[in-house]
Amino acid sequence: MTGTRFTLLLGALAAGLLASMTFAVMVGSVDITPRLIWEVLFFKLGILLETDASNAQTVIIWDIRFPRVVLASIVGAALAICGAAIQALVKNSIADPYILGVSSGASVGAASVILLGAFSIMGVYAISLAAFLGAIFAVVTVFFLARVNGRISVIRLLLAGIAVSMVLSAITNFMLMMSKQQGGIQAVMHWMLGSLAGAKWSNLAIPFFSLLLVFILLLMNYRQLNAMLLGEETAATLGVNLDRFRIFIILFVSLLTGVVVAVSGSIGFVGLIIPHIVRMMVGSNYKRVLPISALIGAIFLVWADMAARIVLAPEEMPIGIITAICGGPFFIWLLRRKRYSFGDGE
Amino acid sequence: MLQVKNMAFSVPDKQILNNITFSVEQGKFIGIIGPNGSGKSTMLKIIYRHLKQTSGLVTLYEKDISLIPQKKLAQVLAVVSQETPVLFDFTVKDLVMMGRTPYKKWLAADNQEDFAIVEESMMLADVLHLENRTFSQLSGGEKKRVMLARALAQQANILILDEPTNHLDIEHQYQLMDLVKDLPITIVAALHDLNLAAGYCDELLVMKDGTLYMEGTPEQVLTEETLKEVFHMQAGVSKNPFTKKLHLFFYTNH
Repeated sequence: MTGTRFTLLLGALAAGLLASMTFAVMVGSVDITPRLIWEVLFFKLGILLETDASNAQTVIIWDIRFPRVVLASIVGAALAICGAAIQALVKNSIADPYILGVSSGASVGAASVILLGAFSIMGVYAISLAAFLGAIFAVVTVFFLARVNGRISVIRLLLAGIAVSMVLSAITNFMLMMSKQQGGIQAVMHWMLGSLAGAKWSNLAIPFFSLLLVFILLLMNYRQLNAMLLGEETAATLGVNLDRFRIFIILFVSLLTGVVVAVSGSIGFVGLIIPHIVRMMVGSNYKRVLPISALIGAIFLVWADMAARIVLAPEEMPIGIITAICGGPFFIWLLRRKRYSFGDGE
Repeated sequence: MLQVKNMAFSVPDKQILNNITFSVEQGKFIGIIGPNGSGKSTMLKIIYRHLKQTSGLVTLYEKDISLIPQKKLAQVLAVVSQETPVLFDFTVKDLVMMGRTPYKKWLAADNQEDFAIVEESMMLADVLHLENRTFSQLSGGEKKRVMLARALAQQANILILDEPTNHLDIEHQYQLMDLVKDLPITIVAALHDLNLAAGYCDELLVMKDGTLYMEGTPEQVLTEETLKEVFHMQAGVSKNPFTKKLHLFFYTNH
């Protein structure tokens, strides 16, 4: 793919993201025209001095739908770039951002808040905080289990991730089984399947800046990520300090995944499929894979969240179900295509 | 420039390399020969620091290699290893560009100099016409030459090759050896084909059971006795009438 075609694709996807976000704000129990959306946006930003929108419309657009759509794009972009980075780290095409135990750790945290009332002094932030701490605890455990003689072994990292995830899922299931509160059980299930309903302007800042930081750091290291795909030995002979680079990736990817899971629950599939779709489009060079993954991940999750809101309206469908139901068949279709090898090498 | 002193390497209950000492002069083409399991690859892996020796010292320009930062080492020493699995697909140009990795700081873009070096490396390795193809579409010989081009783009003073002619047909074996021989840098190559080793190398190191059995010019080393002792083969030593290089004929009493 040439430089100009890449720039065009980048521009087209950015426009597509804006259009998707606008459309997602329009859709819902109260219909809103696109003109009104942009008017409210410019009004709030101080560019327009007055607006035709009623007070109620302003509240719906600005305080309810906007933050939710913005959060959807942040979460989608974050999961997609984390997935791409993790696949390079463990050099395995089935890896996703949760492979190091993030989601099962976060589930234990969230379940203990919802069912056992842990961290109740933190009020509304208790679930997010507990989920984040649970995620970080799981990753740290996996990390130390995977260290042998001061070196991180990739296969141990994968297996330790699976083992730790199993234990933590068992703990969550045990809490669910022992719980007598029907409402609590349902709330945990809902949380585990993911939802963006909690989006507010006030809780967007941390995910946004985490995404920005990790995206820039990963993009700065795209050469090292590329070299990792040639295997440990070759990466080392190209001057990549393997141990340091692995710790760097694990640290920042877990941090971002933890933050995202804390605000949205563990939304599956995005971090696995988006990087593959992107590689099919632009090849494996991380200089291109990272920005395109971020954009496509964002677009995908904006649409998935829109579907989650309207499919069972007025009920909400957990977004994890949407991402799996739409993503799964598409992924299977990709699997059957011959042009893309999913990193099989041959 | 490259010195190995008393190198030993062992894994639990097995000694792989024992007391190896040699030195390599600038600009020489050194071949390492020896039967399977004699420790050739292990020794090379220690030299390019993928493995750490149990005892002994490897120095490059009189400096202990374990003290050279990874990036600096990659600017001086390039490697084409036996197999290069490539996860996901890259174009040839992108792959060769990866040879510039050790020279790049954070955020540094590929500049004109890099493009020129990459193009020159592709030309040297005869893969320029493949630059926009993807790696997985290439034949075994083409893949090997692309990996060589990537190593050349590192502009190192010393190139390490681990059985570079493996899986190549006869034409590409000689093509690759010609190409490497003409490079103005130091080459250390593990080779299986003794006639190739005899035809191209300035000096040969003979490995046997993890020790350095012998070293010297092909004429000094490739004798009937050595071949019998090290490779357990009966051989006649002659000259290639066209190149005037040493040539070996192997036979069994079958």
